Amino acid sequence: MTTETTASETPETPETASAPAPAASGLIGLPAPLGRALATGGGILAVVSAFMSWTWTSAFPGDLTVYGYPGGLQVLVLIGGILTTLFGLASYGVRGLGALTPGSADSALKMAALGTFGTAWYTVIAISDELGGVVNLDPGGFVVAIATLAAVIGALALPFERPEPDPVDPDDTGWELFKHNSRQNWTNFRAAFATKAPAPAPTLPSWAEILVIIAAMAVGLFVFSYGIGTAYDELFIGFLIMAGFGFASLSKAGIVARVSAITAKHRNITMIGAFVAAAAFPFTQSNDQYATIGVYILIFATVALGLNIVVGLAGLLDLGYVAFLGVGAYTAALVSGSPSSPLHVQWPFWASALLGAVVAMIFGVVIGAPTLRLRGDYLAIVTLGFGEIFRITVLNLDGTSGPDVTNGSNGISSIPNLNILGFDFGAQHQILGSTIGRFANYLLLMLIITLIVVIVFRRSSDSRIGRAWVAIREDETAALAMGINGFRVKLIAFALGACLAGLSGSVQAHVTYTVTPEQYQFAYVVPPNSAFLLAAVVLGGMGTISGPLVGASLLYLIPAKLQFLGDYQLFAFGVTLILLMRFRPEGLIPNRRRQLEFHEEAEAPAVLTKAGA
Amino acid sequence: MTTETPIPDTAPAAPGEVVLDARGVTMRFGGLTAVRNVDFTVRSGEIVGLIGPNGAGKTTFFNCLTGLYIPTEGEVRYKGQVLPPKSFKVTAAGIARTFQNIRLFANMTVLENVLVGRHTRTKEGLWSALLRGPGFHRAEAASRARAMELLEFVGLEKKAEHLARNLPYGEQRKLEIARALASEPGLLLLDEPTAGMNPQETRTTEELVFAIRDKGIAVLVIEHDMRFIFNLCDRVAVLVQGEKLVEGDSATVQGDERVIAAYLGEPFENAPGDEEVAEVEAAEAAAEPEADNTSDAVPGKENDR
Ligand SMILES: Nc1ncnc2c1ncn2[C@@H]1O[C@H](COP(=O)(O)OP(=O)(O)OP(=O)(O)O)[C@@H](O)[C@H]1O
Ligand SMILES: [Mg+2]
Repeated sequence: MTTETTASETPETPETASAPAPAASGLIGLPAPLGRALATGGGILAVVSAFMSWTWTSAFPGDLTVYGYPGGLQVLVLIGGILTTLFGLASYGVRGLGALTPGSADSALKMAALGTFGTAWYTVIAISDELGGVVNLDPGGFVVAIATLAAVIGALALPFERPEPDPVDPDDTGWELFKHNSRQNWTNFRAAFATKAPAPAPTLPSWAEILVIIAAMAVGLFVFSYGIGTAYDELFIGFLIMAGFGFASLSKAGIVARVSAITAKHRNITMIGAFVAAAAFPFTQSNDQYATIGVYILIFATVALGLNIVVGLAGLLDLGYVAFLGVGAYTAALVSGSPSSPLHVQWPFWASALLGAVVAMIFGVVIGAPTLRLRGDYLAIVTLGFGEIFRITVLNLDGTSGPDVTNGSNGISSIPNLNILGFDFGAQHQILGSTIGRFANYLLLMLIITLIVVIVFRRSSDSRIGRAWVAIREDETAALAMGINGFRVKLIAFALGACLAGLSGSVQAHVTYTVTPEQYQFAYVVPPNSAFLLAAVVLGGMGTISGPLVGASLLYLIPAKLQFLGDYQLFAFGVTLILLMRFRPEGLIPNRRRQLEFHEEAEAPAVLTKAGA
Repeated sequence: MTTETPIPDTAPAAPGEVVLDARGVTMRFGGLTAVRNVDFTVRSGEIVGLIGPNGAGKTTFFNCLTGLYIPTEGEVRYKGQVLPPKSFKVTAAGIARTFQNIRLFANMTVLENVLVGRHTRTKEGLWSALLRGPGFHRAEAASRARAMELLEFVGLEKKAEHLARNLPYGEQRKLEIARALASEPGLLLLDEPTAGMNPQETRTTEELVFAIRDKGIAVLVIEHDMRFIFNLCDRVAVLVQGEKLVEGDSATVQGDERVIAAYLGEPFENAPGDEEVAEVEAAEAAAEPEADNTSDAVPGKENDR
């Protein structure tokens, strides 16, 4: 029915304005009021069913047999159900909930319902599959399945504005027609989840804005600790589904945009808040096991953030970045007092960290000076080569193929724990009533390094030199013609990146006890390696601070938690990257420039005054 | 001695002082001689035009002047100094340029583009950015103020926070001019500044170029829009197949038969008689009023810088 409008679009404006109803239907052909009722009702029922028993035996992990007390995956469904219900009610225009959905309540409802459905059905199917049949489900299992299915059907029946279809070319062959139709369906499908730019936010008093930031940090900390703490595969998969759709629904609702506007306004408070939240993480954990994951994620994320200066800001594709982490780690290990180090000295931490950073920076300059004259792909290949040269050199400095410096493939082992001002990082400490173990100690130390890198990133990007980096990335010839000494500016970025990686390396050496050449390959199963670092930057969002942090967390957690992936880990990783590049090339957290790019319609000026000059 | 002083050494000194002096500039690409033995001067306070048919070598000549190409033969002096062979040093010396196919930093904001243009006139390095002393904030504020001034000058102050890529074509050209001016040049090279503009925009650009000249900056402009060139320029040089054919004021160049022949193609063995030339001229004159904005729709070639 909408096709006609393209043909005759002249005099009917009043009519189309008064009756947009036929154009706006849902993906599923149900009347809109029924759909809305189903979605909201389904949400409520899902909440109720989370308190029921889903299966008769506790053989399925998480113990879903108890009435009145949701456990494991039920908690996730409970959260999804609550979100669905809230957005459902908000889409009815319930007073007070309007503030929750400055964007589009309908799209948010769809996402929330999909997430709840996904988690619930995943659980139900996993129970039936693992325990051998649908008979293992208790009534609660059936209730939750039906409730979430109803919610999703109802939500998808909600009307949305379909985009104007492209006219079909009459000469198209069958295949072209098929392509055209599928493209059309895809645009329609995307339009079903479209959201409008939220109205300008009402100005809150600053204390309220700060409360919002604190709340956001608390939610972030909670989600992160929950994800790290998931004890079994099923729960982690459920967590991924629910967290993904939950985040999508919050962003469709416009809440994410609101919160990020507020955090952008109070950048310092946000930064402090984020670091307090991260520092609070070890205190929420009863077990040093999760602090271990935490510290490894933090090392990975910090190095990725350093790489983001080189790749995201200056646009230099560096495929050998992990070598600088290695240089820092080896340097610190050599002066750490380790028995397998040929230098029998034990420097204090500040000195070894400084040395690690400086030595890495020198390597950065030495490698950068000849290679940075190359552009694009050539630079990538040469840095890849240098990365491998580092590893092979270290491997050969073992006393047989070369001088004995690094102990070859055995690496430098038994690196002693740090001791800063009498605080022994190897021992447990009682702080504020919680036990802080070895890895938690290092987590807190690493957090300081992360803070340094964040500050360096922020300050350098917002300055003359940072603008020069971005200009070089955008158009090197034009940047040169604007008086930027391209080589020098690129060398600064390269050396700075190397220096920050070296700094992280000097902590990493102590955390891992041992440094070996294998840790610093181009591609390796355990994250901090050049391929994963680059992936973390690209996945998270180039040129942002939070992007690599999020990207690194995901890239570390997913392989660590999903043991069953096993040998398919790298394959799954590749597929994910391809999908991401296809559907969200700007990364999970696009930077400000890219965001502007996406809101160009919203920003486009209405009238252009031609009377310039 | 950094940022504040607007346009330091370009106060409209003794008019007639030679700013740019190119001698015997030749540029060969393998067997192709794109620019052949061109002598060329620009004096302060002048607006000089450079015209010629497509592929005549105008852009190549510009690239030789700005250090993007190193001329095969000949030398270029700016205010008596031989130009360094690096384009960023040329900019620092005082020659700024725009590009035939717009080369803005597309994903930076309008203001940031102009701030990048100020790179050579500011000194703050990485340490100052990391330590953020009072000097840093002062310099940054001064840069911003100066950049906003320039945006006002070209009429883009309202768009300071827009992405450069989102500007309409005509405004992108103006932004390129503002960005070039930010380096406080003594000589500005404009490569087809009105290409793709409508007649009204062309006129405001004309006024803009006059205003730039009034600031004491000499201007050298390539353009295919003859009306624009002859309105604007004190002197016009014609480049044909890499060689400078004619140079002189508008009237001289307009009346020169060789120029017309060059634009219409090489003369036949028996060159067109006076009658025919007059005929062509009459036709051109008649066509010009409505055709003045079609001639500028020459698409930029990919190899142009
Ligand atoms: N880098 C290069 N390598 C080889 N040939 C080149 C190069 N740059 C330009 N040329 C050639 O030099 C000649 C002059 O080109 P140029 O771009 O200077 O012409 P132009 O006068 O600017 O033309 P237009 O009016 O179309 O912009 C052309 O034949 C072009 O193909
Ligand atoms: Mg040209």
